[in-house]
Amino acid sequence: MSAIPGTNRTRRGSVEGRQRMRDGATSAVMHLILAVVAVIVIYPLVWVVGSSFGPGGGLANATPIPENATFDNYVHLFTQTNYGRWYLNSLYVATINMVGSVALSALCGWVFARIRFRGRKASMLGILILQMFPSFLTAIAVYMLFLNFGLLDSLTGLALVSIAAALPYNTWLMKGYTDNLPASLDEAAALDGAGRLTIFRKIVLPLMRPMLTFVAITSFTAPWMDFILPRLLLQSSDKQTVALGLFQMITDQYSNDFTTFAAGAVALALPITILYIVLQRHLVTGAMAGAEKG
Amino acid sequence: MTAIETTEHPAPAPDRAPRGPGRAGPGMPPAAPGLASALVWGAGQLLNRQAGKAAFFFTFFAGMLVWEIATGNYYVGMEFTARLNGGFFVRGLWGLITLGTQPREMTMTGLTEGDNSIVLMANGLIAFLTLALLAVIWIWSIRDAAGYRAELNAGRRPETSRAYFKRLWESAFAYIALSPGLVLLVFMSVLPVLFGILVAFTNYNRDNLPPKNLVSWVGTDNFATLFAVPSWTETFAGILVWTVVWAVIATVTTYAAGMLLAVMLASRRVKFPRVWRSVFLLPWAVPAIVSALVFRSMFNGQFGPVSQWLVDIGLTDERVYWFTDPTSPNLARGVALLVNLWLGFPFFMALVGGVLANIPDSYYEAARIDGAGAFQQFRYITVPIVQRTVTPLIILSFVHNFNNFGVIYFLTEGGPDNVDYRFAGSTDLLVTWLFKLTLDNRLYNIGAVMSLVIFVIVGAISVLNLNRTKAIREL
Repeated sequence: MSAIPGTNRTRRGSVEGRQRMRDGATSAVMHLILAVVAVIVIYPLVWVVGSSFGPGGGLANATPIPENATFDNYVHLFTQTNYGRWYLNSLYVATINMVGSVALSALCGWVFARIRFRGRKASMLGILILQMFPSFLTAIAVYMLFLNFGLLDSLTGLALVSIAAALPYNTWLMKGYTDNLPASLDEAAALDGAGRLTIFRKIVLPLMRPMLTFVAITSFTAPWMDFILPRLLLQSSDKQTVALGLFQMITDQYSNDFTTFAAGAVALALPITILYIVLQRHLVTGAMAGAEKG
Repeated sequence: MTAIETTEHPAPAPDRAPRGPGRAGPGMPPAAPGLASALVWGAGQLLNRQAGKAAFFFTFFAGMLVWEIATGNYYVGMEFTARLNGGFFVRGLWGLITLGTQPREMTMTGLTEGDNSIVLMANGLIAFLTLALLAVIWIWSIRDAAGYRAELNAGRRPETSRAYFKRLWESAFAYIALSPGLVLLVFMSVLPVLFGILVAFTNYNRDNLPPKNLVSWVGTDNFATLFAVPSWTETFAGILVWTVVWAVIATVTTYAAGMLLAVMLASRRVKFPRVWRSVFLLPWAVPAIVSALVFRSMFNGQFGPVSQWLVDIGLTDERVYWFTDPTSPNLARGVALLVNLWLGFPFFMALVGGVLANIPDSYYEAARIDGAGAFQQFRYITVPIVQRTVTPLIILSFVHNFNNFGVIYFLTEGGPDNVDYRFAGSTDLLVTWLFKLTLDNRLYNIGAVMSLVIFVIVGAISVLNLNRTKAIREL
């Protein structure tokens, strides 16, 4: 560019100037778009957080920036409503779901990836088909069965159904991940006389950690947000989960208590949001792995 | 078993003639032990002088009979009926076929205990599945008996019982390790799925609720209702079209917006890309149920801030009833799509962002040297590479949106009402309609038909998707 200085400085200067101006304009437009999107993204969230600190009660008084901010709604939420109970219920289901899902899917996925046995292909095909069957379709059949056998309204039952619903997909993820782990380590350990379960626990499990984390996070957070299964399987007020309770709070025609709902929404969303933001890299790669494996 | 087997094969016996003269009739055709095993499991193995295997198969046979007799009522000296005397299998199958014959009745002594059709159906299904499993063992025993004899007759020396079971045991580890997951799946997924399919052929709905009434088989009547009764067909067709339109637009808009933002954030002109990115990821990180309920409040017709704001700035004269105004269903649909865009774009933004970071700079440099402009670079380098990686996820996203219960149900609950529809509103998707049919209207049979229809549609898309990926080939 500076090979022949001085010959056409004026012309080049004007071109560069125009270029810089165009760059500046593009950049300004881009930042403007980003800013607009950011406002659209943030406003509803600020609005609900603000409402949760608002002194009002009704939806009409909800504002993003309340004048007399107070914690009353949160106090009310945990003392006057069943919210604390619901929170513990969700925590219970989420914990069982996480432990059960990780343990079962890791074991099954590893068996499918590493052991050749009769019926392996048939069962993997079965798993693929089951995985296509949307879980709420199963849920409706489970509901009809539980209804007639008097098994409704059990949190443990809900957790078991949740584990089973996600098991085919999770197994598939674990199998795909284990397939890509080098088998030479297993073989070396087998030569040293290690049993199959020892190889699984000592060698394969530690290597599977990224996928274990992914399944653990998704199966821990899912019950907090799941609506259909608990709505079908749970009935009494003290057996509800947070998602059910929140939905009832907002659809209840006679309650005019929007700010309490807002507090409940924030209390549910905050931990999960933080978890997701912190672990986003894990979650996005995990989702990619799942899609590539079908 | 061990004692018997040692007599069966005393020491390694190389001197024994392969045909085994004197052990069993050498000229016996293979069909004979096969037939024997078909009648009494294990009898054929006994004819083959394989006591170990004979005991193994006979255990299943005896177990089945003992179970049936112990759970039944076979000793009382009255006339035998499957309903009163049958055991686990006989009564189970009777229940599955008839769905009960004795309705609950009012008598002098009070309400009699009638048959509960659904319980009978479920028990029958379990009995049927158990029988199917036993049938596998039965066929196995027949084939084994005939096969062993054929080997003997052909002059080979087949495996002993012990070697056979040892080999079986070594490969059993996989089954044992899989069994906890398998049991859970059979009872919580497979059984319900089969049960749901069966319900589609019954009249189980709010008019026939057990234990008060009996349910009966109706063949394909429910399919006929859905596809031949005009009001149902109209509802189904209308909702199906909207569901497809919704799924296509929802997927395309979220993907396009996510891609656009990802490309912008990858540009060197943008300052603080990580800050922007974190902000834009919020809708993905906040639980969808919370966001959807918040939007529902914001778009509340009577008190919501959006309506109020539109009135305040003078854009509308009166409040807009976004989700409850039956005269403007497309308004509700449009808002639902916008809310879905808000919820869905960050996921694609994060995905595309990850792919963009991995495209080597040299591609772009080469393109620049060849004189490609920014748009051409985008069109011929960025888009194809991103497309290739993200396509499976776009298809998954389409399926997800097709079944996007959350956004519609939490936001509009299917509203505004549509008088032409059966139990559905204008924004209802197939799944929310199914949910309402089942839970609110207790039309379980129609709901079951709907489940099957959705499964066929979703399954077809998934199969297409699977064919593209390596998953199937790896099976």
